Amino acid sequence: MSRISKEEVKHVANLARLAITEEEATTFTKQLDDIITYAEQLNELDTTGVEPTTHVLDLKNVMRKDEPKKWISQDDALKNAPDKQDGQFKVPSVLE
Amino acid sequence: MSLFDYTLRELQEKLHNKEISVTDLVEESYNRIEEVDEEVQAFITLNKEAAKKQAAELDQERGNDDAKLFGLPIGVKDNIVTKGLRTTAGSQILSNLDDPLYDATVVNKLNDAKSVTIGKLNMDEFAMGSSNENSSYAAARNPWNTDYVPGGSSGGSAAAVAAGEVPYSLGSDTGGSIRQPAAYCGVVGLKPTYGRVSRFGLIAFASSLDQIGPITRSVEDNAFLLETIAGHDKMDSTSANVEVPKYTESLTGDVKGMKIGVPKEYLSEGVSEEVKEAVKAALKEYEKMGATWEEVSLPHSKYALSTYYLISSSEASANLARFDGVRYGKRAEDAKNMLDMFMRSRAEGFGDEVKRRIMLGTFALSSGYYDAYYKKAQQVRTLIKNDFEKVFEDYDVIIGPTTPTPAFKVGDKVDDPMTMYANDILTIPVNLAGVPGISIPCGFSGDGLPIGLQIIGKHFDEGTVYRAAHAFEQATDYHKQRPSLGGAR
Repeated sequence: MSRISKEEVKHVANLARLAITEEEATTFTKQLDDIITYAEQLNELDTTGVEPTTHVLDLKNVMRKDEPKKWISQDDALKNAPDKQDGQFKVPSVLE
Repeated sequence: MSLFDYTLRELQEKLHNKEISVTDLVEESYNRIEEVDEEVQAFITLNKEAAKKQAAELDQERGNDDAKLFGLPIGVKDNIVTKGLRTTAGSQILSNLDDPLYDATVVNKLNDAKSVTIGKLNMDEFAMGSSNENSSYAAARNPWNTDYVPGGSSGGSAAAVAAGEVPYSLGSDTGGSIRQPAAYCGVVGLKPTYGRVSRFGLIAFASSLDQIGPITRSVEDNAFLLETIAGHDKMDSTSANVEVPKYTESLTGDVKGMKIGVPKEYLSEGVSEEVKEAVKAALKEYEKMGATWEEVSLPHSKYALSTYYLISSSEASANLARFDGVRYGKRAEDAKNMLDMFMRSRAEGFGDEVKRRIMLGTFALSSGYYDAYYKKAQQVRTLIKNDFEKVFEDYDVIIGPTTPTPAFKVGDKVDDPMTMYANDILTIPVNLAGVPGISIPCGFSGDGLPIGLQIIGKHFDEGTVYRAAHAFEQATDYHKQRPSLGGAR
């Protein structure tokens, strides 16, 4: 049984904001299915009660004083922008 | 012979004694690049004009040359942000990022130490790959035989050092991306303990696994460079507030009484006979030097690959969401609306491997699958980490091969993601456990390709890893071999 259908691949691509063609959807479905099927070997292991590791070090939230400081200027922040206007990033209209 | 056959400290002595100038070193780099890089393709972007200018300036200050890396030319992997110097991470989506706004913390440290940045090194796109064939520019080649891959993702960083284009470089390692190319190219590459080196300014792939580390021609140079780049950084809250020792002082050559664990899983089927023989010969060398070794077990090793792909792809799917064509990078033209602009900018800007991993990660994190895939992988990560901790209760270091085979041919694995992934099976567990690991040259295959020995240590115990690596290097001369590319130098 396949682990992921072509429809699910298209849905995931949409969630990830990736435009994919019909042909790509077919290829990715096969490849992702292979990877997920392989990854299901983890189900051989009983992990009841095992704490998940999100980070290897015992890290705590680090707080610092909220003080303003010089970092990147507005001009600098905009200089690599694909499109800008009046000191702001410009994007295509949200609605058609 | 090349100037870069000297160690970094020897080069500094020559600079200090005015036998050579910084300009000589920088020219040595660019001349060699001119000579071989069309074939090796180690660099994506060169910093020629600025580097030559900086060299001339440093030559004026030579009475005042006590900065740690004074005048030494370095190559930097292209996922490490350099202010004003194009940074692409090997991706088309950043192909126009010609003027980055800030320096990564490691680059600040290099600048403070007065090294000279020669250029930005080739890599698999966003560090996703094991052969450099996922670079969206040109695939870098192995200097030992350019029909073969240099490994990845830091393929350019390892190839440039092996080819004598720079004496040392920086790479990054998420699942083996420093150690595997170091093994394939016959150089020394260390992945430090997670948190040892600041990740600020490293373009994130998988934030809980990524580490920047040095690639060099000798263990001594490697330790010397780590001393410079390691340490706590207030810009990276995952960098550890643990004192940085003088790693070069741990290079005593003495491993008498050192206890080595050799995981049976690392010498199992799937590892080629040539690689096994080279590792066994290395263990004999350690015995001669007074160390002892015993077989140990890391029983969850076979689950590391699955665990890694689920965790790293999940983290990548979140990290790469920032590339949307709004603030920097490439934007698709003539978009109908904003959503169309996002979808097409990303479709045009990312290569297939990056798309595959973003989709895998998005799937693993999506509602209904999160517990079955992502959480499960994090639980297995705990088991893998515990395996290492258990062995380290009784042993000082773990030794095995870096990779199951020497380098493979360009094009051999490009069509099958799963076989490509299997290359990293011996390096991935080290990232999952967060411990340090080094690859050093330990022999050559029948085809004349380098073989790497992996030495793994306890958290923040790079000193012992370096001591073990250095002692082996002193007893052998594999690290002194050079590829004959463009005429041996």
